[in-house]
Amino acid sequence: MLDLNTIWFILVGVLFTGYAMLDGFDLGVGALHLLVKKDEDRRIFLNAIGPVWDGNEVWLVTGAGALFAAFPMVYAGVFSGFYLPFMALLCGLIFRAVAIEFRSKEPWGWWRQMWDLGFSLGSIGSSFLIGLTMGNILVGVQLDATGNYIGGVRALFNPYAILLGFTTVALFAMHGSIYLVMKTEGELQAIVRRWVNHTIGLFLFFYLILNVATLIYAPHLLEILRARPWLIAVFVLNVLVVLNIPRQNHKGNDFAAFLSSCASMALLMALFGLTVFPNMVLSMPNPELSLTIYNAASTPKTHMIMLIMAIIGIPIILAYTVSVYFIFRGKVKLTAHSY
Amino acid sequence: MDVEILSRIQFAFTIMFHYLYVPLTMGLGVVLVIMEAMWLKTGSPKYHNMARYWTRVFGLTFAIGVATGIVLEFEFGTNWAAYSRFVGDIFGSALAAEGIFAFFLESGFLAILLFGWNKVGPKLHFFATCMVCLGAHFSAVWIVIANSWMHTPAGFRIEYRGEIMPPGFVPTADQILNSRAVVEDFWAMIFNPSSMDRLAHVVVGCWQAGAFLVISISAYYLLRGRHLEFARTSMKVALIFAAVASLLQLATGAKSADGVTKNQPAKLAAMEGVFKTQSNAPMAIVGWLDMEKQEVIGLQIPGMLSILVGGSTNTVVTGLDAFPKEDWPPVQAVFQFYHLMIAIGMALIGIAWFGMFLWWRGWLFNTSNPIVRLYYGVLVLSVLGPQIANQSGWFTTELGRQPWIVYGLMRTSQGLSEVVKANHVIASLIMFTFIYALLFAVFLYLLNRKIQRGPDDEEESEEMPTSWVALMERRKGQARGAG
Repeated sequence: MLDLNTIWFILVGVLFTGYAMLDGFDLGVGALHLLVKKDEDRRIFLNAIGPVWDGNEVWLVTGAGALFAAFPMVYAGVFSGFYLPFMALLCGLIFRAVAIEFRSKEPWGWWRQMWDLGFSLGSIGSSFLIGLTMGNILVGVQLDATGNYIGGVRALFNPYAILLGFTTVALFAMHGSIYLVMKTEGELQAIVRRWVNHTIGLFLFFYLILNVATLIYAPHLLEILRARPWLIAVFVLNVLVVLNIPRQNHKGNDFAAFLSSCASMALLMALFGLTVFPNMVLSMPNPELSLTIYNAASTPKTHMIMLIMAIIGIPIILAYTVSVYFIFRGKVKLTAHSY
Repeated sequence: MDVEILSRIQFAFTIMFHYLYVPLTMGLGVVLVIMEAMWLKTGSPKYHNMARYWTRVFGLTFAIGVATGIVLEFEFGTNWAAYSRFVGDIFGSALAAEGIFAFFLESGFLAILLFGWNKVGPKLHFFATCMVCLGAHFSAVWIVIANSWMHTPAGFRIEYRGEIMPPGFVPTADQILNSRAVVEDFWAMIFNPSSMDRLAHVVVGCWQAGAFLVISISAYYLLRGRHLEFARTSMKVALIFAAVASLLQLATGAKSADGVTKNQPAKLAAMEGVFKTQSNAPMAIVGWLDMEKQEVIGLQIPGMLSILVGGSTNTVVTGLDAFPKEDWPPVQAVFQFYHLMIAIGMALIGIAWFGMFLWWRGWLFNTSNPIVRLYYGVLVLSVLGPQIANQSGWFTTELGRQPWIVYGLMRTSQGLSEVVKANHVIASLIMFTFIYALLFAVFLYLLNRKIQRGPDDEEESEEMPTSWVALMERRKGQARGAG
């Protein structure tokens, strides 16, 4: 039987996985946004994510809230320790949000160009910083006995974390391009469909380098791998799922390609979770100071209360999230109240 | 400047900016529900055009509200890590509940509210509007509960070095970093002594903000002689809403003040400028505090505060002298913000009910009357009233909580992130200043453009989906049949 700490480790993971799957594609659309030049095409991109991006971002908000409640030491340690990157992340998230709203309100070229830039750079920057954070957690950061990060800002920009940052940008761009194939038609769709192969290639390229880099920068992960050899199976499955995407894309099964992409994100997050478990933030060079699902947790009572809330809330959330996606299914049509 | 004051300025600045938009979305949300309900009931395109127009304004405020809201959730961890560790068990769960029960609801149905006009039928659209409005109110419920716990902590025990301490235990400065508040009684924590009073006061304040925004823009159209039909109807809806909300606000405010008297006497003493514990305590209408002589200079009603607190002039009101000076809130600021809020609150009651009086006499839309024109001028500016009052109210309550971050348990200076340096906070503060200045300028510009462009006046709105037009015709037929 799973204990409450493990359940909440999984639930926080599920929330962040939901975030990666959903906001991942609209961050990816942002990364690709400047590649089309025609104003109408850019509007189609924005309106492809228009009704849903806000709800997608809620997964991050709720994930962070759940982290705060279930593992306050992790929330406090990571958010204060990664102060400047997180402020930059907020800057990116704010800009991309308001850019979607503001961009098409005026017809002027400079106005639209400015918000297009804000949307795209905000999306790329946010993706990169999310990856950077995960990279640091994987490779380990210097913690003190309270759980404060004491390694300084510069140490956060280590090669491994930066590489994972780029990998995340490529991953979201891949996910975004696959999403766009579903939402576009005609000439634009043909262009986007060609992108899918490139973004998959780019992602696999970074993913491969990342795995090589793990050998160099994160040897402790290899020890974990030795202890948990079945992780290899998750990894192989993940690569197969990614390779399934161009197959489905080629056959024109756009929804299957998108589901495949979602599955690959879920597998990546599962790989991440199964690797670090039961640590949440690995301490290096003093692993005994790591924040784990036990020493970083709130009380069992709070875990129980929140579990009840989650059991009540999550089915309802899933029901109307699916409904909203169903209502807004199909190709984008620009109308009077589009962005 | 040290990290503490910088982090406080940053939190205050970012939450104030966020709170320009939150009340507008909550208040406008209610207005949208009313307008769509009237459209469904009457089938008149007038209400449909109104709902359309106010939805556009709503969408603008909502977008900025969302973008600036996520900052606050991050800031508990980034700037107040020690606080977050101390309250994670309690504050964290309220925040997570806000995500699960409020934000998903709000954002999911927002899609239908903003973009669903051609995708769903009118009834489902109305339902979505109700859910967005409900979600916004749920959000207020959870965040005000969490905040109220910081003022009147209840339903918890202190855990020190893993041991649960007896009730009433207050950690010393040495103990605080190894202590945390853990939940003992969930419902006592939710219904802590101040949460429901403060929730009512906050929600009604938001309604006022939405109502007076609609009033202000409608008055502007009436003064300019534009969109008259639209403006008159919007004005009527919003005026009733404002009149009710403004009176309600008096009641919720009185109830809140009552709670403060019981639970946070130091805050009450600062609000009213009571330095010495005394019976026959006066109530100040306006004034300035002479901090040297410790007295109020200004207009006062003798004995009134004692009467309000205990029903008689003999009631003893606890003064600031009952507290060591290091536990005093910033008295002058709390006093001034409190009185500013009260003054505006009273003025809003006057403005709203004067409008009701004009309406009753049949003069409300007589724009040739100079008094009515002058009144409209006041109405155009009235949108600022709830905004300033809401912000002043938050200043009163949050400054009044100082020097505590959790009242009586943890000092604000003890809640900081130990690892965040002053220059980091300066950097982020500069960043937020630039971004928010830009956002505010763009917001004002776009709002003004929406106002100048105005609603669609045509009887048959070109935007209305065909299925909706059919329903409207049916409603019209029914109305004719009934008439």
